[in-house]
Amino acid sequence: METIKKLIRKQSLEKLYATLSASRKVYAPVVAADKRVEYKYNPAYAEVTFEHIQSTLSVKNVVFPKVENLMYYTNNKVDSTITDIDLTKIPEVVLWGSHPCDNSAYDVLKSIFCWDIKDEFFAKRLEKLVVIGLACHQSDAYCFCTSVGLTPNSTKGSDILLSKTKSGDYIAEILTEKGNAIVTASPDLFENANNEEAVIAEVKQTFNHEQVTEKLKTAFEHPFWVANSLRCIGCGACAYVCPTCACFDIQDEAKGKEGRRYRSWDSCGFGLFTLHTSGHNPREVQSQRWRQRIMHKFSYMPDRNESLGCVGCGRCSRGCPVDMNISEQLQGLQNI
Amino acid sequence: MSNIAAKAKELLESKAVQVVIGYEAGPTGVVRPAFITDAAKADSLIYNENCVQNLAMYLTKHEVKHIGKMGIVATLPVMRSIMMLISEQQVVPENIVVLGIAEDGKLLDIADMNVMHSHIEKSNLGNPTKDQEKLAELNKLSIEERFKFWEQEMSKCIKCYACRQSCPMCYCIRCSTDCNQPQWIPVQSNTQGNMDWHILRAMHLAGRCISCGECGRACPVNIPCHLLTMQLSDQAYNYFKVHAGTSVDMKSVMSTFEPNDKESFII
Repeated sequence: METIKKLIRKQSLEKLYATLSASRKVYAPVVAADKRVEYKYNPAYAEVTFEHIQSTLSVKNVVFPKVENLMYYTNNKVDSTITDIDLTKIPEVVLWGSHPCDNSAYDVLKSIFCWDIKDEFFAKRLEKLVVIGLACHQSDAYCFCTSVGLTPNSTKGSDILLSKTKSGDYIAEILTEKGNAIVTASPDLFENANNEEAVIAEVKQTFNHEQVTEKLKTAFEHPFWVANSLRCIGCGACAYVCPTCACFDIQDEAKGKEGRRYRSWDSCGFGLFTLHTSGHNPREVQSQRWRQRIMHKFSYMPDRNESLGCVGCGRCSRGCPVDMNISEQLQGLQNI
Repeated sequence: MSNIAAKAKELLESKAVQVVIGYEAGPTGVVRPAFITDAAKADSLIYNENCVQNLAMYLTKHEVKHIGKMGIVATLPVMRSIMMLISEQQVVPENIVVLGIAEDGKLLDIADMNVMHSHIEKSNLGNPTKDQEKLAELNKLSIEERFKFWEQEMSKCIKCYACRQSCPMCYCIRCSTDCNQPQWIPVQSNTQGNMDWHILRAMHLAGRCISCGECGRACPVNIPCHLLTMQLSDQAYNYFKVHAGTSVDMKSVMSTFEPNDKESFII
């Protein structure tokens, strides 16, 4: 649909939140006791933050939970039964106040989960998701959305995108039918847009992703990988805070005859990720695992999924215990 | 040039070591580990109060070891980790040169492991004060309240294993969490499974943890998991009067049997 621009006053925003959270699950950012920003379901409006630069964890869990049950089973010697998960029970979720980088990540995830066979768990959760995004009016040294073809106010992935104005009201860009349904349900909360402009963060471009992708085509054996990953300790923090990392592990967990199959987040940073039963590991050292992470996002995905596997949120760099700064590494790769 | 950079340069130029593991400032100003192999680049080494990461975990990392003999910038926790790694036969003293750092930030002359041993013996080996205070606070709670505290903390865990990977004592090539026959620890991240993991980790470090706090610092969601291992360090000391990482031939309190060990727990 064609984008409609409206204005929503600060006070009306609170009313909109109240209306939405009265009838649905609203997933919104709050500041935790340790000052980290985390998303919670239906927090009190007073707790919801509009000033966060970035939450520690991404919000991919609304479509790709850290643990998702895939089926239940009973395993008797003579007959086994399988019970499917009732996908109709997946609730509608309103994602509130997530930034454009996070919202753009759903398309990236879709290019993986719905690449050939449609992953019905992911697809159902995405179908039930309504995104009320919040453009960034501030950024930090780790943000690099402008280097991966996005901006602090990209509308991609949002159903409604809010942008803060100087006076503290918000411009609402209504982008989809889902977004429009929210506006038409509370028409008195939205006014016609005036001439006031939004305050948008400045994010400096640090590398050219097309040039990086080009360089990566011949960089597989480059000494860059070992030299720049010696400090990588091989944890999964980068993958688990990432809004686009989609790898998962599938496990059966049983107690007696009854069990369930679930999938849970996995990370290419772990040695176990590629360890074969034979004991052979095709990625036996950390530099190969680090290379895989960069290659997947900036070479294999543009090649196979026609989508860059990174949205420039900077979480992996903020969350890394040893400052494996991805934007710095990509600048380095552009210049090899 | 700082004393550390000068020493690193000297070691690299004389080929006494092939790499110096120290600290540098990243592009955002954050202090991070540095691996200097070229004497001309030794200048980028820094040392200040933000240089807190325990670098000893790199002494057992394949690709770092592979470079050759290693020089390592070592504050007290790093020196203690080195002692532990030697006593557990993970590091050969001849393969490393320790650039010891005193409490006041000055470079120490650590000629050999005996010198390092005497330096460690003279130092305060208890848990850091702020952690000890937090532990005292937790220990005052009832068991139910304490359980609730940890349940709340563990519910945040995403099983990224940064705690394990950042720990110099977690050097196993195959961690028991990576085994699935049997599956000791659930792969998924749920509160119960997360607790299982953190308790298993703490138990494996009982009497081996040198109280550097690296696991807690590495945690991206700020779980104070270092308090679990520090509590056990405290208990190991109370029972056995041994501080981990003080000598090259230390016996691990949890895997050493002495005929006069108290066995009151057996009945």
